[in-house]
Amino acid sequence: MFAHNPYRPELATVKEVIQETQNIRTLRVVLDDEERMRQFTFRPGQVGQLSVFGVGESTFVINSPPSCREYLQFSVMRTGEVTQRIHQLSPGDQIGVRAPLGNGFSFEDLKGKDVLFVGGGIGMAPLRTLLLHMIDHRSDYGDIMIIYGARSPQDLCYRYEFDMWKGGNVNLVLTVDSEFPGWNGRVGFVPTVLTEEAPAAHNRVAIVCGPPIMIKFVLFNLKELGFQDDQILTTLEKRMKCGIGICGRCNIGTSYVCLDGPVFSVEQLKGMVPEL
Amino acid sequence: MSKQVFIPRDSLNQALERLSSKMNVWVPAASGSNKCGSEFVPYRPDLIPLLNRQTTTPPKAVVFPQVETLLSYEYTKDPDNPSRVKIQLDDTSAGSPTLIFGARPCDARGFLLFDQVFTRGPFTDKYYRDRRENSYFATLVCLEWDSACFCSSVGSGPTDMEGSDLRVTPLKDGYLVEALNERAEPILSLMEGDVPTDAQQQDARKLQEEASRQRVGNVDLTRSATDFKGRFEDKAYWRAMVSQCLSCGVCTFVCPTCYCFSITDEMQGLKGERLRSWDSCMFFQYTLEASGHNPRPTRFERYRNRVGHKFSFIPEKYNGMIGCCGCGRCIRSCPVSIDIRRVVENLKENACVCA
Repeated sequence: MFAHNPYRPELATVKEVIQETQNIRTLRVVLDDEERMRQFTFRPGQVGQLSVFGVGESTFVINSPPSCREYLQFSVMRTGEVTQRIHQLSPGDQIGVRAPLGNGFSFEDLKGKDVLFVGGGIGMAPLRTLLLHMIDHRSDYGDIMIIYGARSPQDLCYRYEFDMWKGGNVNLVLTVDSEFPGWNGRVGFVPTVLTEEAPAAHNRVAIVCGPPIMIKFVLFNLKELGFQDDQILTTLEKRMKCGIGICGRCNIGTSYVCLDGPVFSVEQLKGMVPEL
Repeated sequence: MSKQVFIPRDSLNQALERLSSKMNVWVPAASGSNKCGSEFVPYRPDLIPLLNRQTTTPPKAVVFPQVETLLSYEYTKDPDNPSRVKIQLDDTSAGSPTLIFGARPCDARGFLLFDQVFTRGPFTDKYYRDRRENSYFATLVCLEWDSACFCSSVGSGPTDMEGSDLRVTPLKDGYLVEALNERAEPILSLMEGDVPTDAQQQDARKLQEEASRQRVGNVDLTRSATDFKGRFEDKAYWRAMVSQCLSCGVCTFVCPTCYCFSITDEMQGLKGERLRSWDSCMFFQYTLEASGHNPRPTRFERYRNRVGHKFSFIPEKYNGMIGCCGCGRCIRSCPVSIDIRRVVENLKENACVCA
């Protein structure tokens, strides 16, 4: 798609909208060009720019796994102008897509390793694509543990497929911030639950995504559990416009989050200027 | 021997006239709206080119307009299903031949960085490329510099012709214009100048040699990348250097190397455009995220990023190239007299940072 003009979105049609939580919706979209849709490939963790023409563009991770050829899935939290309009879309509406952008997870390096996913709220979206990819290729990976938390049970995304995840032989630990009637999972903040679960750091990679405050304490607790900087991956967010490393705003020193990220290891981040 | 013509002072307008019948010609002239300022404007017959001073704003907008359309789109009702609309996209772009006559070495040099960013990355920006490939710079040997100029401090100088297609040497009674590359030769013939006399050629050489010996700016700012990193977390330094910054962004708008932009949509009825417009890293909103988080929330962080971008990140990314051409416009335009030379020079470990 980028041979001619990387700023030109491809037209796509919304096929399905799933209300995940009160302010998060998942869109399943299909590129209008059937040939392009058939050829579309990406790496887990890569992102796309969704366009609502007349309103603008925003960046979201493609959270369907690469093996899913029927649609591209994006989960969108209603936060600003563009996401507000995306939430008004219904099946049959046309939008623009510029994808795939960014680096994605180097999942080849994760083969043979145990994996720990730590997600908070909408932060589960970029983890989902890699998780489903790993479930698709389950024998390539060792133990898989997920610690996923949200404010309340109603704020957990992808609730309808938790059983499918568990069926893929993963240890799913769910937690919410405080007691709710009928809630059988854990209660407590993600970093605390992480310490209580204490997954062994040996030969394990931790993949972390969530609100900055959660990440801050999760990184601290991972270190206490013996995780080294090169064992921890995170996917970053920045305000973006062009998505192709030109417009200048998503830089951390010399790195552009849109181009060189959004996936970075903590080791890589420590080599960059401290400006997150 | 390079191809050259002599344009007598009183026939400059005729030469520009001939050029402008074949291509867009931009020349420095007094700003219509601002009596003390000057800028590059499209040539028109009664125009008086101002070739004896640097313009207030660089010719950046000629190749990289302040606002340009990336996409046009139109919603049309779907005849089969009137409750639905279909979208049509148009992203055509084209550059037409354009001459920037009377630029200065710093003006032309700014685009060398643009070229790296817009055409040598993993992605090519066709809007910029189309205009750039059709642009020609006729650059003056610079004889007028002031205390804010510092081109020699960033590896350039008053006779630096990198990025230029023609050299214009101002003589007593006219201009010696030389083609510096093949693509510039047709332009030279269009000007229909005189064959320069030996004396004129000698005068021009002498002037060029004298100018090339000049050192504009008395510091060396080409090796600051490491110093910048050392100072990055020294908040006291940055606060002391830029405490008076107003975040007005004029330094970025007058800068020949500042290229950062925003993309926004505008719509009227069922038609709309996606626009690219100049943005400034000095603005709070530039990096403000929808969540409310801002990685560069205060003025010192934003100024620090601007300095880092030009003197550390760009050199690291582009093989030592400095993201500054030393034109001095940010120094002249700053309402609170921040001097980037001082900020960069003082990055050195033992520099005195007393205000």
